Amino acid sequence: MAPAPETILATERLTMRFGGLLAVNQLDLNVRQGAIHSIIGPNGAGKTTVFNCIMQNLQISAGKIWFRGERIDGLTPDLVAAAGVSRTYQNIRLFRNVTAMENLLVGMHLHLRSHWWGALVNSPHTRRSERKAHDEALKLLRFVGLKGRGDLLARNLAYGEQRRLEMGRALATQPKLLLLDEPTAGMNPRETSEMMAFIRQARDAFDVTILLIEHQMRVVMGMSDVVTVLDHGVKIAEGPPDEIQSDARVIEAYLGSPNAARAAFRRATAGRRSPRLPNHGG
Amino acid sequence: MTDVARGRTLIPKLRSLSRFTFVDVVLWALRISVLMVVVGGSVGTLIKGRYGAVQWLEFLTFGVTMGSLYALVALGYTMVYGVLRLINFAHGDIMMTGAFSGYFVASALAGRGFLDRDPVLAMLAIMAVAVTTSTTIAVLTERLAYRPFRHVRGLAPLICAIGVSFFLEQTFRGAFGAGVRAYPDPKWQKGAISVLGYAVPILQIMVVAAALVSMAILYLIVQRTKMGTAMRAVSEDADAAALMGIDVDRVIVFTFALGGAMAGIAGVCYAFIFKQVYFYMGFTPGIKAFGAAVLGGIGSVPGAMLGGLFLGIVESVGPALFLDGIGIPAPYQLRDLIAFILLIMVLIFRPYGILGERMAKKRA
Amino acid sequence: MSAAAVDLAERVSPGNRSLFRRALRVGLILGVVAIYGATIGILPLMDARWVIVDMVSLGDAALIAIGLSAGVLIAARTRSLEFWPLVPPSLVAGGVAGGLLALLALAMQAFPLRQIFIALSPGLLKSLTFGLGASRGGAVLIVAGASLAVLGAALTRAPEGLRKPAAAGLAFVIVFGVFQELIQIMMQSGGAINALRQSIYTWEGLTLAGALIIFFLASGAAFVWTGWLRGPARERFMRLSPAQKRTAKSARVVVFILVLVLLPVVAGSYIGQVMMLVGLYILMGMGLNLEVGLAGLLDLGFVAFFAVGAYATAILTADSPHALASYTAIPSLSYWAAMPIAVLASIVVGILFGIPVLGVRGDYLAVATMGLGEIVRVVVQSDMAAPVLGGAQGILQIPKPRMGGFELADPVHLFYLTLAASAVAAYFAWRLENSRLGRAWMAIRDDEDVAQGLGVNLVKVKLLAYGLGAAFAGLAGSIFAVMLTSVYPSSFQLLVSINVLALIIVGGMGSLPGVMVGALALVGLPELLREFGEFRFLFYGAALIIMMRVRPEGLWPSATRRRELRDEAGEAALGELEGTATRPAPRAPDLQDTEP
Repeated sequence: MAPAPETILATERLTMRFGGLLAVNQLDLNVRQGAIHSIIGPNGAGKTTVFNCIMQNLQISAGKIWFRGERIDGLTPDLVAAAGVSRTYQNIRLFRNVTAMENLLVGMHLHLRSHWWGALVNSPHTRRSERKAHDEALKLLRFVGLKGRGDLLARNLAYGEQRRLEMGRALATQPKLLLLDEPTAGMNPRETSEMMAFIRQARDAFDVTILLIEHQMRVVMGMSDVVTVLDHGVKIAEGPPDEIQSDARVIEAYLGSPNAARAAFRRATAGRRSPRLPNHGG
Repeated sequence: MTDVARGRTLIPKLRSLSRFTFVDVVLWALRISVLMVVVGGSVGTLIKGRYGAVQWLEFLTFGVTMGSLYALVALGYTMVYGVLRLINFAHGDIMMTGAFSGYFVASALAGRGFLDRDPVLAMLAIMAVAVTTSTTIAVLTERLAYRPFRHVRGLAPLICAIGVSFFLEQTFRGAFGAGVRAYPDPKWQKGAISVLGYAVPILQIMVVAAALVSMAILYLIVQRTKMGTAMRAVSEDADAAALMGIDVDRVIVFTFALGGAMAGIAGVCYAFIFKQVYFYMGFTPGIKAFGAAVLGGIGSVPGAMLGGLFLGIVESVGPALFLDGIGIPAPYQLRDLIAFILLIMVLIFRPYGILGERMAKKRA
Repeated sequence: MSAAAVDLAERVSPGNRSLFRRALRVGLILGVVAIYGATIGILPLMDARWVIVDMVSLGDAALIAIGLSAGVLIAARTRSLEFWPLVPPSLVAGGVAGGLLALLALAMQAFPLRQIFIALSPGLLKSLTFGLGASRGGAVLIVAGASLAVLGAALTRAPEGLRKPAAAGLAFVIVFGVFQELIQIMMQSGGAINALRQSIYTWEGLTLAGALIIFFLASGAAFVWTGWLRGPARERFMRLSPAQKRTAKSARVVVFILVLVLLPVVAGSYIGQVMMLVGLYILMGMGLNLEVGLAGLLDLGFVAFFAVGAYATAILTADSPHALASYTAIPSLSYWAAMPIAVLASIVVGILFGIPVLGVRGDYLAVATMGLGEIVRVVVQSDMAAPVLGGAQGILQIPKPRMGGFELADPVHLFYLTLAASAVAAYFAWRLENSRLGRAWMAIRDDEDVAQGLGVNLVKVKLLAYGLGAAFAGLAGSIFAVMLTSVYPSSFQLLVSINVLALIIVGGMGSLPGVMVGALALVGLPELLREFGEFRFLFYGAALIIMMRVRPEGLWPSATRRRELRDEAGEAALGELEGTATRPAPRAPDLQDTEP
């Protein structure tokens, strides 16, 4: 059942099992091309696992994944990257001990046309390719705001700069779909706004679709076209941000059942010793 | 062709490559060829009928004996890996130190006839000296060579372990000479006891008994004592253990000591079986024991015991069963080969071992 | 209270007490080192070599060095620049060290230790106690230890203008004394140099007069340098532009290489042979460098590729029943035809090795490749393969290569062949490092999963590493075969792999100059000190441990490697600060990012 043409990524009954633990349970996801699509959910919901499944870092237990109309489950991660998917990581995974430029250059691996035997003899073709790579990397460097600082070691950059550099590296692979795993983690409100603007800029400049895992509601509600909510590996809601905000199931997943929440509040304020803990439904 | 356009044409090609890569082919070829040797060889040997039941039993008992020794040494590897995530390359040499120090006591006692007169006491004395030496050296290596690298990732601890291995070997070579020393051969070890109608050498029974007793004691320590529980805690999660008030340094020292003791006992037994000691004797058994530990599931104590036993039996029965059957001359030269191939197969196909847990499959 | 009591109280006051304890510890450690050296047999070996003929043996020098270092160690840890406070602790440290040796001497005299420790011979006892017997000799040891320690402390507190020339003088005396054979050969050229040689040496070694001459020459030169010439030279260097500085630095490397190249010509055929071995190890080191240093694949089965290159050359060119020419229609080839085929064979084997272990990581990979290497060794040695590979006897009668009519028979010729091969290999290695492939290797070394996520095909990149690394080793193996004109399985032990690994670690992983330095240090030096050849592995073992501790990036590291190791060490320091006693989880075949 191939997905609709404007859907860039689709999963059908995606399931991921770790031994006895069902991390992702029959997830159906449809990401529209050009959109900013967010995945949210409480901790343990399976969000990063979904990313790992898409990138084929994990072999999925069941289900299908389509990217631009082709099945990608069963491929290796480098082939998925070659197909046009790229990602950043929750805890920044830059190549710490090399420079920012070198990080970007690695990102360009897929699209450089030089071969190792050309490199051995330093053929003109290789030299041209390296020069082009350098120019591209400089442009990317400027885009992520590190102009003139390309020779700094990745680990010596500030936190926000590292995040942007990691995104730059992901963009260097010229993806059609960019998976961002909590890009604003650990940022204060101003930095978060800057990151949000940066993500929008990237989407426009590079013509990519963005799939985003986020915890900060401000980001999710402010930027997303579509929000998917996961809880315990199951999709419990999906839709535009304002619908999600008022969805009862979503509220229950984050806070426990509304009734139980109210009851707990009453008990606490009446000063009585609570006989039982509220029942978190689901 | 521009890069972007090339990206678009990549996708159709991807499907054909995905299902069955070249690497998979080779790996399957490997599995199949090993299987063919095993099955074909066994069939060939059984058809040829060159070995009678008595001989198979001899192979088996020898295999069990060697297996229990491998198990003892493997325990050291597995315990150290559990608490430190370090492969202690020098562990085989620690076994050698036990064997060597036991040698001096043994030859002294044999010289005075004590070994024949009072075998139990003599053996205990030899074991005591051997265990003391090997334990001391194990603890020293931890303190001097491994502790500074406790927090370091990457190659450094491994390189250090290789350095320690060299150091121990050369120290013993320099101090005691490069020659092979003959272990005493007391009369009482030469006999055999009849078990179910077959003659089993007393020496083998003694070795297996010693190994079993040692392993039982180790098991009790690990399962029942406070220190053993601490060891298991540190294996599981050292940070959490430290937060619970466990003195991780002391646990690690204890682990090394325990592993060293096991290796010392194994060393003496090994020396009595092969009747010789020399400075390099720990190397190959060390690698094999490591293979056994991985085979059983590294970090798992019962795994090491199981793995050792399995390796010993396969290694003993293997040359005759597999290799002779496919017509290889002098298959006993290739006995080490069996151990190495087993080790490699385990590392490639099932690195978590028999008793290790199967994690979700990662892509190659 | 009496003055004595006050004195005593002061002496055990906290500050002094810890100093005393430290002195005790230094003395104990050094004493144990001395006892160790004696018991292992290094000391007796060193006794056989003279620094100054009939007067000071290398063993004596070692003991003197131990005494001096007692004082130096005490002084190094003390902040004050005064000399006199150092005297009591130095006396203690040196005395204790000497005392331990004295104890050893007494024990040797009292008990038949030789039955167990074969190195503790009567000859050793005699030299330790200066022929005076255990009790008197022991006393001398204690006194000597104490005084040397004080001397050592004094040296550290001496003004720099005095210290550096003295150290330089001593160093030169030791070098000229220990390497006297070599240096005498080198000095045999002509005229003035030969005359100098004859004035300082006899055929046995350096004389006392010679030692004094060398000492004064060297210290004088050092004195002039530090006193007058170094300052202005440094200033002039600082004033150079950055481009000129870089030229100066590369000039230094060029000079170093030039010295290396011309050494055999100057120093004779024995040096040529040693340099050949060094050259082969440099070649192998560059190959392993690709695998371990660049791509991060810890390959301990490297010797197998070396063996393949050697055996391939053997069966293609040898004049023996095992050669292919003897039993097939394939003709016996010339070396120049066989060499590329041997390299190709190594590449193929390298790739075959790499394929099964592609998914294995970290320490496990080391063990797996070690197993593969051992398998090759066992097979090569076995009777099963004997018809083709010669079994334990090996293959003999490999002819030397010919160029035109000229036979490359001399080790010096082969050395230049090795050098040429190394140069080509170095160029290739350098080009690869800064290419797309080199970056991909760096990426998979740093974080394999991320690299894969960026489109790096792990299979291709890893197999390229194994294959290209094996090519270098195969080339080295092929030259090795014609160097020895035969191949034996005993030449292809695991130790060779570990040698190569050790030398790139000690030299500096990921760096080409580092490989050269490492080979010189770990292969060249022990070859020169032939009698110590067997202790080479002790030296390795200790060097590995010490290097990892003190300078994990090696002697001449690449910039990236130094940063990486400092990074790891920084994490280590942080871990210790935070009190975590664990080793961080290895990037082994576990899952990461399974957090939802």
